[in-house]
Amino acid sequence: MLEIKNLSVSIDGHSILDNLNLSVKPGEVHAIMGPNGSGKSTLASVIAGRDEYDVNGGKIEYQGEDLLDLDPHERAHKGVFLAFQYPVEIPGVSMTNFMKAAINEKRKALGQDPVVAKDFLKMIKEKMALVKMDPKLMSRSLNEGFSGGEKKRNEILQMAMLEPKLAIMDETDSGLDIDALRIVANGVNSLRTSENAFVVITHYQRLLDYIVPDYVHILYNGQIVKSGDKSLALELDDKGYEWVKEEVNA
Amino acid sequence: MHDDDKLIEKATTGEYRYGFVTDIEQETAPKGLSEDTIRFISAKKEEPEWMLEWRLKAFKTWQQMTEPDWVNVHYPKIDFQDIIYYAGAKKKPQYESLDEVDPELLRTYEKLGIPVEEQKMLAGVAVDFVMDSESVLTTFKKQLKEFGVIFCSISEAIKEYPELIQKHLGSVVPTRDNYYAALNSAVFSDGSFVYVPKGVRCPMELSTYFRINAENTGQFERTLIIAEDDSYVSYLEGCTAPMRDENQLHAAVVELVAQDRAEIKYSTVQNWYPGNSEGKGGIYNFVTKRGLCNGVESKISWTQVETGSAITWKYPSCILKGDRSIGEFYSVAVTNNFQQADTGTKMIHIGKNTKSRIVSKGISAGKSQNSYRGLVQMHKTAKNAYNFSQCDSLLIGDKCGAHTFPYLEVKNSSAQVEHEATTSKIGEDMLFYCNQRGLSDEEAVNLIINGYCKEVFRHLPMEFAVEAQNLLAISLEGSVG
Repeated sequence: MLEIKNLSVSIDGHSILDNLNLSVKPGEVHAIMGPNGSGKSTLASVIAGRDEYDVNGGKIEYQGEDLLDLDPHERAHKGVFLAFQYPVEIPGVSMTNFMKAAINEKRKALGQDPVVAKDFLKMIKEKMALVKMDPKLMSRSLNEGFSGGEKKRNEILQMAMLEPKLAIMDETDSGLDIDALRIVANGVNSLRTSENAFVVITHYQRLLDYIVPDYVHILYNGQIVKSGDKSLALELDDKGYEWVKEEVNA
Repeated sequence: MHDDDKLIEKATTGEYRYGFVTDIEQETAPKGLSEDTIRFISAKKEEPEWMLEWRLKAFKTWQQMTEPDWVNVHYPKIDFQDIIYYAGAKKKPQYESLDEVDPELLRTYEKLGIPVEEQKMLAGVAVDFVMDSESVLTTFKKQLKEFGVIFCSISEAIKEYPELIQKHLGSVVPTRDNYYAALNSAVFSDGSFVYVPKGVRCPMELSTYFRINAENTGQFERTLIIAEDDSYVSYLEGCTAPMRDENQLHAAVVELVAQDRAEIKYSTVQNWYPGNSEGKGGIYNFVTKRGLCNGVESKISWTQVETGSAITWKYPSCILKGDRSIGEFYSVAVTNNFQQADTGTKMIHIGKNTKSRIVSKGISAGKSQNSYRGLVQMHKTAKNAYNFSQCDSLLIGDKCGAHTFPYLEVKNSSAQVEHEATTSKIGEDMLFYCNQRGLSDEEAVNLIINGYCKEVFRHLPMEFAVEAQNLLAISLEGSVG
């Protein structure tokens, strides 16, 4: 589904990702861990198409297509979703209107008619229950005055509404208390199918107790330096990153 | 960030859609301004002597005044001798029915999307169409007359209803009020006149469409709306002009009078040619609009969507004289490229328990400058008066400017004033977030802008709210990339 080959990325002349390789198949969950500044968020942003980064080499193939050729909104139409680390607030635009616009743009791109209001409302009610969000938030401006936890749950709600094929979660767990963490994880787990894939970026093993990954990768100095199964995350939790750094630098 | 630079780089005007010229035989006054010009205009309009005297007096006043320099806009000095003050069609200017209308004009209506064909009109909007210096057509006149509502051109009103004109013209905006009001009083050409008698609720929306067509010509429209006790009227004006390299002057005066318990709702969708993306050409829109809430519990509500003009200089105001009268001002002002806008309102509280509400939404893109200037004045007599002001600015890119100049004068200690202001920016973060959810830049900006302007749009008549939304989208087309 996602094939990243020798990807090198820089911003303002500073190299961030350096010959990175990653392969994700449908039905899989990949966790990406790594110390601060290792390039995790950059990887998420480049896949989603943020244009402040310069891609200097390599390619990203998504469902056999060159992802780097597509605008960010076209990537979204094809099922790429990014749950933001810092979701933005949009004053005056209600959650309902925002979601309806997003869904209808996607439907338009797929040659489908706009969603019927009744179906939309039914769907959004269901999905809100999934992430235990207060229905009152639907008519409020997007993320405006939302707590940190509400913003993150809102990201999962949007993910559930848009039913992506490839979902990237950029430190969705940071700043969440244990109850919110469970709610987010349950939301994600209920969306897992054999057709879609998740890339979960996190600092903490804790989240992976709830969202159990098939693979864990360690990103360091812009490269994936170590891959393993979920036991690697436990080992990191136990020992920290120093031993990985030493191995790499040796 | 270099992304912001990209936003600006790509900031070009969306094509101005009304930039065509109608080829119609016209008669113009000789260039320049003198007593003779005023006599020429007055004679053309077959005006009574008193009107000519009024104009000449205004001209003398104007000659003693100087151009204001306190406005936060910049432009080369206007040469008032280089302007043509009258341009009218050679053929009969006012038509009785559509069959008489020059087909070239009908095509103009069509291109502008003005609903003039009465039989086809479903919305129930009566239209007065003013091209350059003449009103060419007013629809639904007869039907309105049955309700006692007078809706005609001001030229016609001067001849047909001299008592009403003599009583009210200049009563709200006196000739010497300001430089451009004095100029307008001397040379005004045409505009609309509305009279709603006691107890009548005007059965349809009234609308005037102003069009500048001729070259080197200034348009000096004059509009007067009178709502007698317990009446109601909703009025909308729209404006467009051809694309030309030179700047053209539009200096209008609008006066509203609301008597006891009367309500006037005045909406504007201003889309004069704003100039090209390099700042060449465009209309100078220097306008004085003022409403007098003369009666108790009267209400005047201004709603404006300002997207056009190279320079806009206008402050639709309310004088709240009647006790418990209400003044409202809802404004969306958009500037892009090199446009400059200095707009806002004045709420003058004189009567007891008067209330006013100001909601101003400025949107700046490109290299434009957008200023809100508002005055709230609570006179000694304005016991328990109340004002609420909200002034928001939205910036797109980082080469534009937003400025807020709120003035406050309170002379009654029981009066209450509340002011809120915000500045926000459509930044790269917000756009990328929307992009990631499947919205293109244009769609994202539209969604954000419409959310931001919602509070103003809902005060526009339904059919025009949609038009305003589309207009906003066109004005900001290409402002992000």
